[in-house]
Amino acid sequence: MNWYGLYTLFGKEVWRFVKVGVQTILTPVITVLLYLLVFGSVLEEHVQVYPGISYIAFLVPGLIMMSVIQNAFSNSSSSLFQSKMTGSIVFMLLPPLSSGEFYLAFVGASVVRGLLVGLGVWVAALLFVTLPIYSFSILLIFAILGSGVLGALGVIASVWADKWDHISAFQNFAILPLTFLSGVFYRIENLPEFWEQLSYYNPFFYMIDGFRYGFFGISEVDVSISLMIVSVFFVVVSLICLWLLHIGYKIRN
Amino acid sequence: MLAAVNISQLHKQFGNLHAVSGLDFEIPKGSFFGLLGPNGAGKSTLINIMAGLVRASSGSVSIMGYDVRHNWRQARQSLGVVPQELVVDPFFTVSEMLRLQAGYFGCKSSAWIEELLDILNLTDKANTNLHELSGGMKRRVLIAQALVHKPDVVVLDEPTAGVDVELRQVLWKFIKQLHQNGHTIVLTTHYLEEAEALCDKLAIIDNGKLVALDTKTALLARASDRFLCLNLNNSDISHLPHLIKSKVESFIDNQLVLRLDKAQDEIGSILESLLAVNIRFSDLHIKEASLEDVFISLTGKEKA
Ligand SMILES: Nc1ncnc2c1ncn2[C@@H]1O[C@H](COP(=O)(O)OP(=O)(O)OP(=O)(O)O)[C@@H](O)[C@H]1O
Ligand SMILES: [Mg+2]
Repeated sequence: MNWYGLYTLFGKEVWRFVKVGVQTILTPVITVLLYLLVFGSVLEEHVQVYPGISYIAFLVPGLIMMSVIQNAFSNSSSSLFQSKMTGSIVFMLLPPLSSGEFYLAFVGASVVRGLLVGLGVWVAALLFVTLPIYSFSILLIFAILGSGVLGALGVIASVWADKWDHISAFQNFAILPLTFLSGVFYRIENLPEFWEQLSYYNPFFYMIDGFRYGFFGISEVDVSISLMIVSVFFVVVSLICLWLLHIGYKIRN
Repeated sequence: MLAAVNISQLHKQFGNLHAVSGLDFEIPKGSFFGLLGPNGAGKSTLINIMAGLVRASSGSVSIMGYDVRHNWRQARQSLGVVPQELVVDPFFTVSEMLRLQAGYFGCKSSAWIEELLDILNLTDKANTNLHELSGGMKRRVLIAQALVHKPDVVVLDEPTAGVDVELRQVLWKFIKQLHQNGHTIVLTTHYLEEAEALCDKLAIIDNGKLVALDTKTALLARASDRFLCLNLNNSDISHLPHLIKSKVESFIDNQLVLRLDKAQDEIGSILESLLAVNIRFSDLHIKEASLEDVFISLTGKEKA
C-alpha cells in the first residue's frame, strides 16, 4: 500500500472542493432551502405521510440524502472528468498508485463532500424544523454508503464519458429520475400500485428510506433489508468501478 | 550490468495500426540516450508503455530491472516522465502541484522541491496558478514534476519543442547536470543538433521499428559521405567536368558544395580536376556528415 500517496490524492480531492466551497457546499444547501420553502409550505396540508410526523419533517431527511448523493456524484465525476479532459490525469497515473488507492481517494473525497453538504442542509433546515434522532449510527451508515455508491458511480461515469454531455446525461437521465422517484417527496405506499411496485426496484429508495429511519425509527421497509440492499449495491458498484480502473478502461490507453 | 531500461519484443497495436513493432533493445544505466524518429514513429507510444500509461499488446519493458506490469510500483518509482504535451492542472499553484506530485510518490520532504524551484528558476512563480504561466514556464514545471521523487531514469519527450533559445540553454545545462549526477536520461527531440550535442547513445526508430542503435560516434561514422565546400571566384560552373557535376549538392551565392564519398573520392584529385578547367576558389572547407544526414539516409525522411 502506498499510504502516503493515497493520503495525498485523497487530500487533493478534498482540497479541490473546499477551495470552491461556495459552489460545492453552499449552493446545494441553498437549493435545498428553496425546495423546503416551496414544497414544504405548499404541500404541508395536502400530503399525509406517517401519523404524528409533519410533512416538512418527513421531507427534510429525503432532501438531505438527495443532496448527499447528488454532491457525492458530482464531486468525483467533475474532478476526474476534468483531469481527463485537460490531460492532467497523467499526473495521477504516473505515480505508484494502485486502482484500489485511486478508488479510495476519489470515493473517500466524495463521501466527505456528501457528508459536509448533508450536515449543511441539516443545519439550514433547523430554520424550518428540528428533527428527532432515533439512531445516529444508522444515519451515518446510510449517508456513507449512499455517498460511497454515488462517488463510485461518478468515477465510472467520468471514466466512460468522452465529453461533458455524457456526464450530464448520466446525471439527468439516471441519477436525477432515480432520486426523484425514490420517495424523497412522498411515501411510495401512496403511489398507484404499479409505481409502488416499480419503486422497490430502485436502489435509491432504500437509501432514502433507511436514512429516514435513522431520524424517526419508522420506515416503509424493514431497515435491515434496506441496509442489506444498499450494501450490496455499494459492493457491486464498487467492484465495477475497481475493475474499470484495474483494466485502465479508456484511461490507460 | 543491469540495464536502466530493457525493452523486449515489444508490440503495440492501435486497431490496425502497428505503432510499436517488435522493439528490442536496452538503454544502459548512466547513459544519455537519444530516441529519434520522424513524426508518428512510435517514440511517445514507447515512452507511454514504459510509464504504464499505455499497455503493450505483447512483449515487456522493465525499468531498473522492474517489470512495468508485474513490479509496477518499483518501476514507476524509478521513472520520471516529462510528457510531450503541455498539460497542467489549472486548479493549483506551482508549489502546491509539486508537493502533491511528490506526495503521490510517497515523498514528504519539501527541501528538494525548493531546490528544484530554484534550479529551474521558478521560485518567484511558486505561488502562481499553473494556468497563468507561459508555455516555457509550464514546461519547466513539468520537468520539476517529473523529478520530485528523484527517479533513476528521466525521460523527456521533446522537452525543447517550442522553447526559446535562452530556455533551451538552461534546460540543456540542467539536463546535463542531471546526467552528471548519475541519472539515466532518455531524450526525444526533432532537433538533431540537440541530440548530437547531448546524447552519447542513440536509437532511431521508424514505423515502430528500430532502424539504428549505436553510440553517437559510431552512428556518425556510418555516413558514407562528406561535403566539400568551395567559395568560387566565379559564378559560372557550366563547364564543370562531367564526373564532378554529378556530385554537386548545391551552388548558392558562389558557394559550391560537393558531396563526396569518403571511401572513393580523393579530395586532391577533385581539386586538380577543378583547377584543370580553370575553376578558381578563394576558400574551402570540409563538412563532415551530421546526424541529420545519417538520419535522412536511414529513414528516408527529410525531417526528424
Ligand atoms: N491512443 C492512440 N490511439 C490510436 N492511435 C494512436 C494512439 N497513440 C498513438 N497512436 C498512433 O501511433 C503512432 C505512433 O504515435 P507516437 O505518438 O508514438 O509517435 P511519435 O514518434 O511520438 O511522434 P511525434 O514525433 O509526432 O511525437 C501514430 O501513428 C499515432 O497516430
Ligand atoms: Mg511523440
